Amino acid sequence: MLMYTAKRLLAGLITVWFIATATFIAMHQVPGDPLMNDKAVSAEIRKNLERKYGLDKSTTEQYFIFMGNMLQGDFGISFTQQNRKVNDIIRDHFPVSATLGILAIFFAAAGGILWGALTAIYRNRLPDIIIMFLVILGISVPSFVFAALGQLLLVNINSLVGKSIIPVAGWGTISHMIMPSLVLGLGTMALLTRLMRSSMLEVVNEDYIRTARAKGLSPVRIFFRHQLRNAILPVITVLGPQIAAITTGGFVVELVFAIPGLGRYFVQAVQQLDYTVIMGTTVFYGAFLVLMVIIVDILYGFVDPRVRLK
Amino acid sequence: MNSETYLPSARDFEPTVSESHVEQISRPSLSYWQDAWLRLKKNTRAIISLYIIIGLAFFTLLGPVLWQIDPALQDLNQISQSPSLPKKAILIGPYQRWSGVILDDFPAEPEEYLDTIPAPDNIRIHDVATTQRVRLVWGPVEGAGGYNIYRNQRMPEGINDLGLPLGSTLGGNEVSYEDRLNLEQRQYFYSLVPTDGFDESDSYSTLEVTPQLAITLDKAKNRGLISEDSNDLGGKISLEFHPMGTDYLGRDMLARLMEGARVSLFIGIVAPFLYVLFGIVYGGFAGYFGGKADAMLMRFADFVVALPFLLFMILFKIAFGIGPGESGILPMLLALVLLGWPATARLVRGQVLQIREEGFIEAARLLGAKNHYLIIRHIIPNTMGVILVTLTFAVPAAIFTEAFLSFIGMGVAPPTPSWGSMCNEGVKTMLSHPHELIFPATFISITVLAFNLLGDGLTEALDSRMRSKE
Repeated sequence: MLMYTAKRLLAGLITVWFIATATFIAMHQVPGDPLMNDKAVSAEIRKNLERKYGLDKSTTEQYFIFMGNMLQGDFGISFTQQNRKVNDIIRDHFPVSATLGILAIFFAAAGGILWGALTAIYRNRLPDIIIMFLVILGISVPSFVFAALGQLLLVNINSLVGKSIIPVAGWGTISHMIMPSLVLGLGTMALLTRLMRSSMLEVVNEDYIRTARAKGLSPVRIFFRHQLRNAILPVITVLGPQIAAITTGGFVVELVFAIPGLGRYFVQAVQQLDYTVIMGTTVFYGAFLVLMVIIVDILYGFVDPRVRLK
Repeated sequence: MNSETYLPSARDFEPTVSESHVEQISRPSLSYWQDAWLRLKKNTRAIISLYIIIGLAFFTLLGPVLWQIDPALQDLNQISQSPSLPKKAILIGPYQRWSGVILDDFPAEPEEYLDTIPAPDNIRIHDVATTQRVRLVWGPVEGAGGYNIYRNQRMPEGINDLGLPLGSTLGGNEVSYEDRLNLEQRQYFYSLVPTDGFDESDSYSTLEVTPQLAITLDKAKNRGLISEDSNDLGGKISLEFHPMGTDYLGRDMLARLMEGARVSLFIGIVAPFLYVLFGIVYGGFAGYFGGKADAMLMRFADFVVALPFLLFMILFKIAFGIGPGESGILPMLLALVLLGWPATARLVRGQVLQIREEGFIEAARLLGAKNHYLIIRHIIPNTMGVILVTLTFAVPAAIFTEAFLSFIGMGVAPPTPSWGSMCNEGVKTMLSHPHELIFPATFISITVLAFNLLGDGLTEALDSRMRSKE
């Protein structure tokens, strides 16, 4: 197990290096540059600025400086936000995105497993049909439409009650978090429900279920101990990539609900060509996602003893 | 010994006609694809989805031929109109200044300050109220030093509910006001509050006005609604027909949806097609030759998978750059292809690894088949089923990605419409003009839904495990 973890972490490190290099190359292909943004600067000031940010050096040199700084965990200074460090931006705003993402994943996983199990129990009966219809909606409707509809719903609820019980936008309290994380998790929830349903239906026909039934175990025990536990496995496998989808999918939700998360800063930085912020956030997100996938894979070993043997 | 020698004739070398006298008791033999098609036909949902997709193709390709309105044409007379039948508008001349009504025989300053100034009466409309301008005239009130004018979209419920303050007149004898502020063809309630020159009175009076839709003669001629020599002031003409309404710049929604469909479906279909093709070549190569090459190639594919997808979509898109006047479709296509291929490559590789070990490959090899023949004749046709399913599911994913990027403003550049960017514009006016969001959102949803259901149907139809069950 330790060997496996170490191996995965090493591979993860190489992946992060690849992400950083790809980001660096992509950034240096972008036409235009951040110093030309707002006002025309004289040649002298421009030279000074280039020296300050290291833009006067050759691309190879810049690459090694970037890599060296990154190894020390330093992503540099923002171009557009008055000497603000990229690390500070990430530290201030990533927790917001992470909270939103974790809540969304929680909603999605809990909802997906619950609804999936329900549909499998009521197979081809009314609850199944209703839930599967909603699932199809959840998969086909883009998240920004859900975000807009969610806001509309909150507006209506608030105006019905007469005061603002659940804020329509912003961030801060728990009541701010409910709607955005629900909206963010909806697509994943639909996906997981589908997966859980087919997985449950597959497990029902397994021999060990028949054996358990033949032994005379109670249906409740069979359901929780044998069926559910085995059916959850495929759901956990896709959870890793889904975390990636949810954290980056947060952009839209952050935009619509005016949440000060990292996604919004990334979009802003791209619009302003803020090199350091773009590179910093991309590498950071990439590293975070790689780590998440590794963690989910290791967790998988705990849930499924068969995997640990390999 | 029989000395008679048999001389073979040409007849001996004719092929014999094989006649089978055994009665055949079996259903007609079906190829893999015939069988899959039969099973797909039984799946109602998949077939309906297929029809929807065909309908969308017609909408996209034939639509602009049948509905020849320029999607970029701005109809400023009809901004943010809901879907409706053609609207009639009256023809008017160009705007002319109105000096208003100032009474000579009435004092501008109040002669004495009253505690309560009565509400003005006899409010009426001067001339015809049109969307070009609404002119109000009213009777002067004793003790007034001016009037404040308000406009509301519903009947005011009290003095605090008069709506938008439009302006004020600065004399008790100035008893007219002209409103030219964003007039639409709808009900308005104008309220008048007299002032003593400084403070407002507590009384007000209200007039309900519904301005007529108007278009100036010159504009109508410019847009070809009437002939050049016609001079029918006050006459009614039909404005351009917008069956699905217009957007915030008065552009025809139907034409824009068609144009947007071209963009969205083009990206949604061409990008997956290209990256699936690349994935087949890449994965097929890795799977077929195996060994070190396989390990290296798949290692690289793993790296690409690990890139945060949307972030890199944005990065690549800006890295390829959009020049002035370009729509930005090509950069998005390139970015999608660059990031999308590894999934197909992995899948095809797995399939090829499996098929490579099958008996019929061995048999073909024994018969002397070369590598390229094996790949083209045997391996690729056998992976087609899986590839087709991947392609069907890749289309909605690509449409979603395009919509998502356009929504956050990183997609196609305006004025090129795409369903995603139309949603982006529609969200801003969601409360007052919901149709601007609902139409493009519905198109995205239906397209994605149809491809998803078709993909489900294909998965079931092409699954060989299902085949043996019947």
